[in-house]
Amino acid sequence: MSLVEKLLAGTLGEQREGLDRRDISARELVAASFSRITARESLTAVVSRRDEAALASAEASDARIMRGEPLSKLDGIPILLKDNIVQAGEPATCASRILGNFVSPYDAFVTERLAAAGAIIVGRTNMDEFAMGSSTENSIYGPSHNPWDETRTCGGSSGGSAAAVAAGMVPLAFGSDTGGSIRQPASYCGVVGLKPSYGRVSRWGLVAFASSLDQIGPLARSVSDCALALDLIAGHDAKDSTSIPEDIPNWSGDLEKARAAGSLDGLAIGLPREYFVEEGVEPGILARVREAITTLEEAGASFEEISLPHTAYTIATYYLIATAEASSNLARFDGVRYGRRAEQPKDLNDLYERSRSEGFSAEVKRRILLGTYVLSAGYYDAYYVKAQRVRTLIRRDFEAAFESCDAILTPTTPEVAFRLGSKSDDPLSMYLSDVYTVSANLAGLPALSMPCGMSEGMPVGMQLLGPPLGEAAILRIGDAYERRCDQSVGLPPEKS
Amino acid sequence: MSRIESKDLTRMAVLARLALGEDEISSMTRDLEQILGYVATLEGLDTEGVPPTAQGFELATPLRADVPETPIDPELAVANAPARQGTAFLVPKVLEEEG
Repeated sequence: MSLVEKLLAGTLGEQREGLDRRDISARELVAASFSRITARESLTAVVSRRDEAALASAEASDARIMRGEPLSKLDGIPILLKDNIVQAGEPATCASRILGNFVSPYDAFVTERLAAAGAIIVGRTNMDEFAMGSSTENSIYGPSHNPWDETRTCGGSSGGSAAAVAAGMVPLAFGSDTGGSIRQPASYCGVVGLKPSYGRVSRWGLVAFASSLDQIGPLARSVSDCALALDLIAGHDAKDSTSIPEDIPNWSGDLEKARAAGSLDGLAIGLPREYFVEEGVEPGILARVREAITTLEEAGASFEEISLPHTAYTIATYYLIATAEASSNLARFDGVRYGRRAEQPKDLNDLYERSRSEGFSAEVKRRILLGTYVLSAGYYDAYYVKAQRVRTLIRRDFEAAFESCDAILTPTTPEVAFRLGSKSDDPLSMYLSDVYTVSANLAGLPALSMPCGMSEGMPVGMQLLGPPLGEAAILRIGDAYERRCDQSVGLPPEKS
Repeated sequence: MSRIESKDLTRMAVLARLALGEDEISSMTRDLEQILGYVATLEGLDTEGVPPTAQGFELATPLRADVPETPIDPELAVANAPARQGTAFLVPKVLEEEG
């Protein structure tokens, strides 16, 4: 393995050092990234690539690095975007037939920030159509595969981003998380995934699924790489009215300081008893998470049992709210202004109905119909408003819990990555795989998933939840764990 | 909360502008019945007096100065249109011709 190949499989931090020491050039790194994407095409992680433009940008990065003037720590680093985060002049299909030929006329806020930082966007990753799914099987490109076992799912809906980082194609990719769509695939693929607090990162240029829940976040090979990415993409944006006008901390700088300070003394971490139930979780996952708790105790953190009494209601609440918002957001796909239009419409209504019916998959239709139902006259109060009231109770559970602890630790998922196809015919069982992740979206909390070992030959993830705008605490705990007990699972073995 | 029937599904499809075949109607009715059966767990929960939460982070609607900005180039705005005439979107006739 050449030096550049070795670095490509490492962290963003290691690649930065390699670039700054001039051991490798950005052009070599980006070219190696493309070679790796080609070599692992069978994973269907990447759905479009921009070889020429990315190599040209890499040369510009090299010129800056040679002058000793890199734009940021991401200058010259290859990255990938999920196919629902738009980039001007590039496709953004959301893995849907209805956007099959769409080319974005503008940049997402995040895309603009990353490009201005010199990051090299090499392409776009596979996803469940419109981010509706937990397995990246519901895609016009076909399913993405888990690099650890290609017969299994890489999770979803940001599955392509997780698989690409796990397989060493790029050190950093971006996804979106509406109910766990960054954290669950990160957990299944053995990488770190961060969903920021609601409002931390502008949603401008993220194709909307459920606007009160959606957030963009990074997937990477270390906690500090996620902190670095968050430093770049967080911040107020007047184009997103839910963007929080708060000063942005320097998370990666704070991590350095926390490292210097050493232990986690004085930090209290809550363990919700509703999440640690033997019958619902695979024993291998509980064992790995309990080992991680011991490691964090040795690092100085204290643990206490807490209760989140409304946990049993989260999935039901989530699916009512998310589908209601989706039915409204997806009304814009009408075959008039962009996207696929049905052939030979006999009138405007026929144009709408056939364009949408031909353009959306069954899962997207199912969610639109459910959302339409729960918002319709006669059911609005019983379903939608009821779910919004329960959302308040769920949020209050967390407010109460955070009075006595700084963070909450749980498994990210109740099981390791499941077999492809095993849940495709059963929407409800697919929905239930998000049981540990949806509450963070409902309550607007920041949440991190990171690897904590293996079970049945597959990666296990643990989740750290913080209070709203409390990214610093979970990043600090995650980083301390990573440094004390490196459970980053490395690259998956490959058949030669 | 009540049972969903295929006639409800047909009505939802009209509201959502989806043209569904007989098979789709019956399979979607089955799926939605199962999902609504699951979400019925919320029924038993007392939410009397609990205000609804609409956002991930409660924030007042922001205001900005009423200053014109440069809009997107009209050519670019219609570049993805399936049918266009100049910088306008072309759609089938909406009104019936008289006579």
